[in-house]
Formats: sequence, structure tokens, C-alpha cells
Amino acid sequence: MEKNPCIIEVNDLSATFEERQILHKVAFRAFEQEITVILGASGSGKTTVLKHILGLYNIQEGYISILGKNLSMITESEQKKLYKAIGVFYQNGGLLNSLTIGENLGLPLEQHTDLDDEMIRSIVMLKLNLVNLVNVYDHYPSQLSGGMLKRAALARAMIMDPPLLFCDEPGAGLDPVSLASLDSLLVNLKLQLGISMVIITHQVSSILRIADRIVFLEEGRVIFYGTLSEALDSGDPDVRDFFNKGMRGYDSSKNS
Amino acid sequence: MFNSNQLGKSDQTGFDYEIRDNILLLHKSLTLPHVNSFVKQILKKFQKDHGTTVILDLNGLESIDSAGVTSFYYLEEKLSEFNVQLTFRGGSDSIRKKMEIFKLEKSTHEKKSDKPPFLARIGEDVHFFFFEYVMAFVILAANVTYWSITDIFISKTHRKGEFYNQAVLIGVNAVYIVGILSFIIGLVLALQSAAQLRNFGANIFIVDLTVIAMMREMGPLITAILVAGRSGSSIAAEIATMKVTSELDALKTMAMNPIRFVVVPKMHASIVTFPFLTIVADVMGILGGMLIANFYLDISPMVFINRMGESLYNRDILIGILKSFIFAGLIVLTGSFFGLRVTEGAEGVGKVTTLAVVVAISLVIIADSILGLLFYR
Ligand SMILES: Nc1ncnc2c1ncn2[C@@H]1O[C@H](COP(=O)(O)OP(=O)(O)OP(=O)(O)O)[C@@H](O)[C@H]1O
Ligand SMILES: [Mg+2]
Repeated sequence: MEKNPCIIEVNDLSATFEERQILHKVAFRAFEQEITVILGASGSGKTTVLKHILGLYNIQEGYISILGKNLSMITESEQKKLYKAIGVFYQNGGLLNSLTIGENLGLPLEQHTDLDDEMIRSIVMLKLNLVNLVNVYDHYPSQLSGGMLKRAALARAMIMDPPLLFCDEPGAGLDPVSLASLDSLLVNLKLQLGISMVIITHQVSSILRIADRIVFLEEGRVIFYGTLSEALDSGDPDVRDFFNKGMRGYDSSKNS
Repeated sequence: MFNSNQLGKSDQTGFDYEIRDNILLLHKSLTLPHVNSFVKQILKKFQKDHGTTVILDLNGLESIDSAGVTSFYYLEEKLSEFNVQLTFRGGSDSIRKKMEIFKLEKSTHEKKSDKPPFLARIGEDVHFFFFEYVMAFVILAANVTYWSITDIFISKTHRKGEFYNQAVLIGVNAVYIVGILSFIIGLVLALQSAAQLRNFGANIFIVDLTVIAMMREMGPLITAILVAGRSGSSIAAEIATMKVTSELDALKTMAMNPIRFVVVPKMHASIVTFPFLTIVADVMGILGGMLIANFYLDISPMVFINRMGESLYNRDILIGILKSFIFAGLIVLTGSFFGLRVTEGAEGVGKVTTLAVVVAISLVIIADSILGLLFYR
């Protein structure tokens, strides 16, 4: 596989919260039109890495660049421009509970474009269709099931057609059939629209279906970084163990 | 030396131990109900025997649970502080296995470093309080003020109709409670003074007293305290929940400013509605006073209103309104400040909500006394 341009570079990222070191010199890169999967046990620091990349935590030590911008030196207007070029799916949804699903999805369009309400409504409908959600436009997030919420949150992440998409455990808690269709949706987005993605998950079945590149975190350290096929051939006992156990179906019961 | 102890007699599976010199023989089953007294007695017994080795004989032990195992390791550690060594002897396979399973990782057990001396600790606390709270509050206040002013003319940074919603929530819905309570307070205030004034034959001054007290002090203060309780808490809870559920992060990564989106509409709404609420409080309080004046002091409403025109100056009204603006700002700021400071978790939301109300009311009272001193006539 010839290498696409690098869009995210994380170098020697360390972070300490409340006198506890959570990340230890994390380093990896993500490339255009690829799906980079971050995996690791619960509490290994996946969400923390993601929040650093998104600029939600200040960088204490290390270096992150995203779409060619150094996050430590970014100006406010550049940061804003960057945010308009990405979509984020949060681990616990992150939909605004005070707005309906339709208003939630329409919000970024309303704020950042001059489209009229009619137009916004049809774009929102289109995105909801894409994730197989119908008749939820006027529902509030609290009225939706867990799986529906996830799909709505994914639709919102993609509402501005961002070239770069971040998802924190999009498949957690989904049944195997929904999970498979979510995975194929992600892969199609990548292949057809050329969207690059960074996805956090620890479901082996998902990883095998979607991953191009893998970052394996353990207690805040990267213990493996490479392509999916390299991961499958890896001699590292932890990595081998993870895939072996996962393929025997142990992971389907794991869902957080 | 020989003694035997029967602990937890009511228990079916009793526990029992004997001490022979430095050998400690355990019998039957060591479980949660027995652990506390067991540990205390053993510590008391051996902590003076510096330099000895105590052998814990497990052969007589039939069963044990996690608390029992923990007590062994706890004893081992505690006794070693008194320079007494604890070793284990015997024990069935199942006991040994449990001891393996419930073994504590040493690293999770590490001790906190010694506390610094008293004065140093106070210094640290003051420093922490100043930078964690005071500075952060001032920075937030500056931010909110800046955006509140710029966003008067820009409506795109928040949702359409949000100002109206918030005005209803913070202002309109509070009218009844503010009105009723102010009326009662005006009534009580006048009633208390009426008896005294009558003694001096200074009946007519009831008007000056109620009107000035309501306009300058009680009206704004009652309104602020009630709104701090109603809206200060709900603002803190709403923002804290938004933070815990990543809604604020989501707003940020959608290139929106959470302060402009969430806090500014509340600020606008409360600044606009607060003076009106205060006027409601003033009027209702004065009505209460008028009622007492009429029935206790024979001052008819006509006389009351005439006298009111003489004793009330524009200045008093303006001071009341000025106070209400400041209180409005303080309440929204405090609610937002604590909402934004929530640490992860639903239980944190409850905590910051309580704090927000307490601090908001305190700040309102402090601000009121400062303003009272500034505008003292
Ligand atoms: N703001 C914070 N303050 C203190 N500790 C934090 C903070 N954020 C995360 N942590 C700690 O960092 C560690 C990693 O958390 P993180 O949320 O990144 O895990 P994760 O890999 O995403 O786990 P999961 O799969 O359960 O979502 C945890 O031990 C957590 O307690
Ligand atoms: Mg996580």
C-alpha cells in the first residue's frame, strides 16, 4: 500500500492528571483516507489521547499536529477553522439534550452556513437516512434508544461533510447486526467519500472489518503501532492474545 | 502463656484463636464479622514485642474470605512498623489459594507522603483557593462580560428564541413567588415597626420606613435570594450536566463557543428581567406595608401614597435597580462558574449545584453590604 499524506501526527505525548501519569510518550501517525483504530483496555487512555488531539486538553508534554497545524501554537481562528473540518462522535453521545434530534443536527449548519431553514431540514433528513433513522426528527435525545442515539450522534458528526472523522467507541452496546452495518457504513464513507477516520474501539470483529492502521494502548503506552496485517502477524504476546481471544468470540460480551 | 477467645458467638461458623508464646493458632473460619476485633486484639497484643517474629498458624483454619485475607496482609504491614515480623505457616490448599487471589498489589498500597507543617499547609490552601477559585472566577467574569456585550448585536452565536426561553425561565416564572414573599415581608416589616412607632407617636414614618427599606434593600435582596435559589441552582445543574455528558466538548469541536452559546443568553435574560422582578418585589412589599399602616396606624392609603411621594427620592429607586443588575450578573456567573467546574460523574452535578446556591447567596449579601456602604447617605 503506497502511503497517503499524513494528517495527524502525535509525538511523545505525555499527560499527568492529579499527580497520576495517564499517558506515557504516546506516538503515532494517521494518514489520509485511512481508518486508524485506537484500541486498548478500559482505562488505557484512549479517550484522553483523542481529547488531546481535539484540543480539549492542553498539551503538557509532546507534540501534536493535525491537518498540518501544530496544536501547541494554534491561534483561535485556526482552531475554529480546524473544527469546521472535523466531525466528532463522543463516547456518551454528546447530543444536546435540550434540542430535538433535528435541531441538534441542524445546529452546525445554522451556525456556520447561510443556508435557509428549508435547505437545512433536507440536509438533516438526508443524513438521518444515511444512518437508517426515520421519524426521529422531532424527538428529543432522551426519547431514543441507545443504539438510535449512537446513530443520531454519528449523523451529526457527519453533518458538515468533514474530511476527517473521529469516533469514540461508536459500536459499543450495539447488537452484532447493527454493528456490522455501522462498520460497513464507515468503510463506505472512507471508500466513496474519501473521509479519513480515527476510531476508538475494542471490538475485534469491528477492527478486522474496518482498520487500516492500529494503535494499541496499554496503561497509557503504545505497545503496538502498525497496519492491520502487521498486527495480525505481530509477535507481541499482548497483541496476539488480544486478537486470538477476540476471534474466539470473547469480545462480543464486552460492550463498554 | 495461654488464652483462648471466642468471637462472634452468635455466628454459626464461629472464629477462634489461641496464642502460644509467639505462635498464633487460628481455628474455624475467619470472615468479615470477626476481622475487626481480631486485628485490634492481635495488634494490641504484639505491638510492644519489638524484634520478634510471630508465626501465624493456619492449619486449624477451615475457611476464609477476602476480608480475612486482607486482615493478614494488614497485620503483616502494621506489625512490621513495630519491627515485628509476621510469617505464615501451614494452611490448606484452598486457604493458600485464596491468599494468592486476594493478594494486594504493593503499588496500590503506597503511602501518602507526610503532610507538610501546619503553616505551610495553610499557605498552600490560600494559594490554591486564590488561583483555583478567585482567579478563575475573575477570568470567567471577564469572558462572560465581554461576550455578553458583543453578542447584544450578534444573534447567530446562540439559538433563535433562546433569550425568550431563558427570560421566561429565569424571570417570568419567578414573578409569583417573588411577589407573594415580598408582600409577606413588607407586612412583617411594617408590623414590627408599627408598635414602636406608635409609642413615639411617629405613625407617619411607617411610610418612610417601609418604602425606603423595600426600595433600597429588601426588594432587590429578596428577589436575588429567591432567584439564586431557583435559577442559580438550575443554571449550575444544567451546565454541569452538559459538561458531564460531553455536550460542551461537542459544542467546542463544532466550532461554537460554549460560553456564548449557553451562558450569554442566560446573562441577557436575567439582566433584562431582574429589574422588573425587583419592581414587583418593591410594589408588593409596599402594599404589605400599606395594609398594616391602614389597619394598625390609621394611615389611609391616600395619605400613605402622598407621604411616599415626599419621602422617596429617585436616587433610592435607582440604587435598587442598580443593585438588581449586579445581583443578576452575580447569580448567573456563580451558577455558570460552578457548573463549568464539575468533575466527571453525576454525583458531581449535585455537589456543584449546592455550592452554586450557597456561594451565590453569600456573594449577593456581600455585594449588598458593599453597595450599602458605598451609597450610604
Ligand atoms: N480529567 C481527568 N482527570 C483525572 N483523571 C482522568 C481524567 N481523564 C481521564 N482520567 C483517567 O485517565 C485514565 C484513562 O481514561 P480514558 O477515559 O482515556 O480511558 P479509555 O481508554 O477511554 O477507557 P474506556 O474504554 O473505558 O473509555 C483513567 O484511569 C481515568 O481515570
Ligand atoms: Mg473512553
